[in-house]
Order: sequence, then C-alpha cells, then structure tokens
Amino acid sequence: MSDPPPRLDGPLPPAALDDPHLQPYARRPEAAQAVAATAMVIGFLGFIGFGVAYWVVANTQWEALTLGVGLLGLGFGVTAWGKYLMPQGPFVEERHEFHSTDAEREALAAAITQRGGLVVKRRKLLGGLFALGSTAMGIVLLFPLLRSLGPKPSKSEAAHGATDTSLFSTNWRKGSQLVAVDGRPVNVDDLEVGGVLTVFPKGFIGNSPDQVILIRLSETLQPLTAPGRTDWGVAGYVAYSKLCTHLGCPVGLYQEQTQQLVCPCHQSIFNVLAGAVPEFGPAPRPLPQLPITLDSAGYLRASGSFDQAPGPGFWERP
Amino acid sequence: MIDATLNWVDDRLGVAKGGRTFLDKIFPDHWSFMLGEIALYSFVVLLATGVFLSLYYVPSAHEIIYHGSYAPLRGQRVSEAYASTVGLSFDVRSGLLMRQAHHWAADIFLGSIAVHMARVFFTGAFRKPREFNWIVGVTMLILGIVNGFLGYSLPDDLVSGTGIRIAYSIIESIPLVGSYLAFFVFGGNYPGSGVIIPRFFIIHVLIVPLILLGMLGAHLGLLVKQKHTQFPGKGKTEHNVVGSPMFPTFMAKTTGFLFMTTAVIFLLGGFAQINPIWQFGQYEPYQISYAVQPDWYMGWLDGALRIMPSWEFVAFGHTIPFEVFLPAVIFPGIIFNILLVWPFIETRHTKDLAYHNLLDRPRDRPKRTAAGAAMLTLLGMTFFASSTDVMANFFNLPLKSVLWFFRFAVVLAPIIAYYVTFKICHEMRDAEGVGKRKRAVIIERTPSGEYHTVPTLERPGDEHHELDAIPVPTYIDLEDPALATGEGVRRVMR
Repeated sequence: MSDPPPRLDGPLPPAALDDPHLQPYARRPEAAQAVAATAMVIGFLGFIGFGVAYWVVANTQWEALTLGVGLLGLGFGVTAWGKYLMPQGPFVEERHEFHSTDAEREALAAAITQRGGLVVKRRKLLGGLFALGSTAMGIVLLFPLLRSLGPKPSKSEAAHGATDTSLFSTNWRKGSQLVAVDGRPVNVDDLEVGGVLTVFPKGFIGNSPDQVILIRLSETLQPLTAPGRTDWGVAGYVAYSKLCTHLGCPVGLYQEQTQQLVCPCHQSIFNVLAGAVPEFGPAPRPLPQLPITLDSAGYLRASGSFDQAPGPGFWERP
Repeated sequence: MIDATLNWVDDRLGVAKGGRTFLDKIFPDHWSFMLGEIALYSFVVLLATGVFLSLYYVPSAHEIIYHGSYAPLRGQRVSEAYASTVGLSFDVRSGLLMRQAHHWAADIFLGSIAVHMARVFFTGAFRKPREFNWIVGVTMLILGIVNGFLGYSLPDDLVSGTGIRIAYSIIESIPLVGSYLAFFVFGGNYPGSGVIIPRFFIIHVLIVPLILLGMLGAHLGLLVKQKHTQFPGKGKTEHNVVGSPMFPTFMAKTTGFLFMTTAVIFLLGGFAQINPIWQFGQYEPYQISYAVQPDWYMGWLDGALRIMPSWEFVAFGHTIPFEVFLPAVIFPGIIFNILLVWPFIETRHTKDLAYHNLLDRPRDRPKRTAAGAAMLTLLGMTFFASSTDVMANFFNLPLKSVLWFFRFAVVLAPIIAYYVTFKICHEMRDAEGVGKRKRAVIIERTPSGEYHTVPTLERPGDEHHELDAIPVPTYIDLEDPALATGEGVRRVMR
C-alpha cells in the first residue's frame, strides 16, 4: 500500500463508476445474470408448485419438495446476484479501540465512589435498612416461586393410595392382589415357565412406583433368591420391582437362558436367581423383591411390601 | 421520495449517521463465518414453525380416547398432548412437514452452534475484546440444549417419557435438596400431579425462547459494536476490517443463505422422518423399548451415565448416588464451566492482554488446538458410549467388552488426542510453504525411480490480483462519461 486509506470522517470525492472496487466478481456479468435469473425463475415456479401441492395434492413430500425448490432457487439466485454481480471491493473499515481515556475512566470511578460514598457513609442506617429489606424481599419471594410448585417429600409411611408425596411407600400391602395391566388378576397357571408379566397391586394399575415384573422360573420350585427369603416366591414365581435402581426406567428385558433382567436404558443387568443383585452396569442396588404367595383360589397375592423403597438413589434413602 | 421519508425519520430519530455507518459495515469473507449464520437462520425457522405448532398442540396430560385419522391408535386412551401431536401431524395440512422441520431445525441449530463454537475456539476469536460474546454464546448453547430436551419431551410419547423419567431421577440424585427439587418441578413423586407437560410447555415456548432472543440480540449487538474478526491477509491489520459492505453485497448473500438453510431444513422435514411418535405410542411409566436414545445433543450425557461405575455412597443414613450425580450433574457442570471461563484460563496461561482482531491458524497455537481436540474427543467418546447396546448388537460383540472399551477410551482417548494434535500442529507449523497459496505441482520421475514435485509456473490468468481496500464510497458518480459511451470501463482480473 502506497498511501494510508482515507478516513471516513472527511468528505470524500465521489467514486468513479469504473472504480475497480465497484466492479462485479463475474468475468461475464451477463452469464452470471442468466444463472441468477434462471435460479429465481425455478424458485418462483417452486413456490407456485407449493401452492398447488398444498391445495391439490396435500402431501408432505410434495410440499417439502416444492417449498425446498422454491427456497433453494430464490436463495441461490440472490446469493449469485450478491456474489457475482455486486460491488466486491475489497472495502475497509477502521476499528476503534474500546477503552476510554484515563481521564474518562477516573471520572466514572470518581462519580461512583465519591457520590456513592457521600451517601453511604453519611446514611449508613438507611443503606443498611434498604439492604435488609431487599434481602428479605428476595428470600420471601422465593417461597411462592419454589415452594408452591409441589408438595414436600414425605419420609413417613404413606396412606394407601397416597404414594404421590411419599419417598418410600408403595401401594403394596400384605394381601394385595397382583393384577395385570388390563386389570385381570394373575392366576398361578397364567404364565408358562420363562414367562414374564408386568403387574400392579389391584386398584393401582399404571402407578409408577408400584410396577412389578413377575417371572415364572419353574413349575414346582420355591425359588430362594437370597438368604432368609424362603417364602418370598411361590410355585416358581418371583416378583421384583420393575423400576431400575439406576434411573427408574422399567427393567423390561428378561433373558431366560442367563436368568438376567436387563434395563434397556443404560444396560444394567440384574441376576434374577440371586435377589436381582446388579451384575453389570451402573445400577448400584438390587431390584427390591416383592414377597408373594397364593390364595385359596390360586391367585397370586403379595405377602408384604418390598424389602426396600424401589427406584433410584436419593439423599434421604438410608 | 426516499429523501423525504429519510428526512422525516431523521428529524425525529436522527438516524442518518448511524444508518450510513450500518450500511457500510464491513463483513470479512470466509466460509467458516457462515456457521453462526446457520444457527441464526435455523433459529428463525424454529420460531416460525414453533408458532405454527403451538396453534394445535395441547399441553395437557389429561387422558382422552384417540379418534383421529391414524387407524392403529383409534380407541386407545392417550394424553391430550400425545393426541394433539399426532393430530397436528396427520390431520392438519402441512402439519407433519412443520413438525418435522421444527425437529430438524432444532438438531441443526445445536449442531451449527457446536461447529460455530469450535471455529471460534480454534481460531482464537474469543480473545480480548470478545470474552463477553463467548460467554453469551456458551450460555445460548446451554439454553438451546435445555430447550431441545423440553421440546422433544412435549409429545408425551414412550421415548420422550422415558427421558423425562431419567431427568426426574437426575434431579433426585442431587445431595441434600434433590428430592425436594424433583418434587417441586414435577408437583410430587414421579410422575407427579400432571403438571410437568404444561410446565415444560411454557418454559419451552415462552421463557427459554425469550431469554434466547435477548441473548441473540446481545450476541449480534456485540458483534456489530466490536466488529468482526478476520483472518490475516493483504491489507488486513488489527486495526481494520476488510471485506464486503452490509449493503448491498452481504445483505444479498446472507438473504440467499437464509433461504437455502431454510430449504435444507424443510427438505429434511419432508423426506427424512424424525421422531415418529405414532410408532412409539403413548408413554406409560411401565413400558420401555429397545435402543432408547435421546436427540444427538443429549447423547454425551446419556453415554456418561452408561459408562459410570455403580459407585453409590451410603453413610450415616444418607445416600449420595454418585453413579448418577457425577456423570449427569457434576460432569456437564465441569464441562460448561470450563467452556464459560476458557478465555480467562487462556489469558492466565499466556499472560496475553492485547486486543486480538486477527484470527489464529489453529496450527499456530498447538496447546489450544490440542486442548480443543481433547475436549471434542472426550465428548465424542461419551457420545458414542450412548449406543453401547446398539454397537454390541451391530458388531456382534459382548456388551461388557463394548462398555469396558468406552470406560477406558473416555480417559485415554482425550490424552492421545491432545498429544497427537500437539505433534501435528508443530509439524505443520514448521513445514515449508505454510500459509502460501496452493499451486499445482508436476510430479516428475527421474530415471533412477525417484519422484520430485515441481511447482507449475504461474500463468498470467492465475495471477491473484488483490486490490488495495478502500472505504465504501459514499457517493458514486453515476454521470461518469466512461459509462455513457460504454468504453473505458476497466475490467478487473481477479
């Protein structure tokens, strides 16, 4: 560069029309115009096509195709116009540094500290009271903003049917009848060996914390899944909470050959024969087991609740 | 006419000087500067299609019987949210196109933000004076991820419902306050009192978009105020910007780009099926399907959850579920905080307090480039770890092996990526002819079998004439006699 570029703040002579900076990029502007015009015509036709597609065909693919062609055509045309036919420069713009002069900075700082100091130092009482009041406002306004949103978690045993505020309770009680999702009570003959069924306590179908996966392991065995659980299974059936102890997904995959329950979300694997202890993956705790028994009519019933609260971990869990 | 209108406005608002400066604003040319524009324009599409969807979507968990035109669902009990989403897909003209375009636009929005951010990072565009804008940008990324999650949760289908269930458990995993927070957000124990869908809806369509719009204004306002960065080149210094003016050249090109971005989104929306919720079915808390994955921008979190060992900490009657809290709360917290404060980390390391308006070539900053590569590798590994089950099936490998591979890879791969990138940068930086314009070479074989490359001669037409940059001329002499005769107009070879 021979000369420094002229500054914008002074009056500049008009640029000559043949100034090279004002020339288009295209070597053959007429050809470029033809390309841009063709694209725009295609775009126009595309939009007309969208109108037709909307009114006549009413089909998603035709609408997308015509709209896409319209937008692409018009977009390509305008871009070509800008890129090949508009002044290309290069043009330059000066930057200005952002920082102010030292005097201006000092003046601002002084305005804040001196004027502020004048007020705060002489009226400490008012300043303190204002701070107190606004802090109180900030805190109490959080109550409706946060506390009104939902109930407090309850750690005590919830009443039957009131599990929506309880961290630990489910609706399983001694004697609760096991029912399938369609409401049918589960009979001892309902499942083949190797079969699984999602069950709920009667009256609470679909209630998330109550979901249980019932598995038939064998025809005759009384499965002992963990020490002390001699009568937790019955007639080859065992029942576990279906809520993964990792993140609460339903543990919906049962592999009969390996006797494993697999959670499809994050691949935690539980050993069905050993109290559903996690064998692999991120789940930290066994699936809680539901003790079950048979009533006189051959229907399955719970003989108690889970051995611990189902689902993922949280602070209050002992 | 134009004069009179402008005078009328200027008498009242005084726009002449600022307006001219705005029209003269210079935009440097580089393909990578378009990445942010993709984000901007997909956001425009998101707003437009989102308004359309909000006219039909019903944010309610209330159960009704489905009676719409999708036969397999008829007679089933579904939530109003689910029924209205299926309804706007099948029973509203253009509805499916708008819904799928909205979903694609969200995926492209976050994708372009990620790539744009990588560009800004690797070229050092976040340095002084642009730290504010970097922070605004990272915040928009976080808000975009949050809003994407909220948005795909709204249809109340099986896949998204599982995602909400996981979100509940993640909130619940926070020590001390987790259960309270989860109860407050969901209005009770999971699945809550039916408030989650209306709440997600209002956050998704009003609160987050409002904040995003404000931040977008700040992002672009700062860009205008601080002006663009530019790559080094002829006549480009730390004290100027060289390129084409806002009006008309940039405006034409960017308008075209808006149209083309929109075109791609709508073509995807019409031809590439996304989130077919009628196949997944209504969410039920006891149902689940195989290969459940979130949208791509949540993958890294899902992967982190999968590879985390089951380290639950139990003591003094309390439980800290580190197997959830660490990968889903602490890990993203650390990542986003590193991103937010990166400009200051770098300044502390380099002690560089100067203004930087010229961009770096990534190879010239080996440590930064290597750090970025390590970060991308870490996130990439956790992203791929979110499909351990699909990979195990596809490659016919034991699930355990795939999981253990990723447990190691997540730690080792970033270290390797750092080292390799660092070495490559050094090699490239020291190589001959770096930064020179590429020219064709002729490969010659000597009689003894050796190969040599010989650069071709520059032909006159290849010569790269770059003019000196001038300020945008205020006036153009349209009465130029040269034009009147059609002679003497200089053609410029470029």
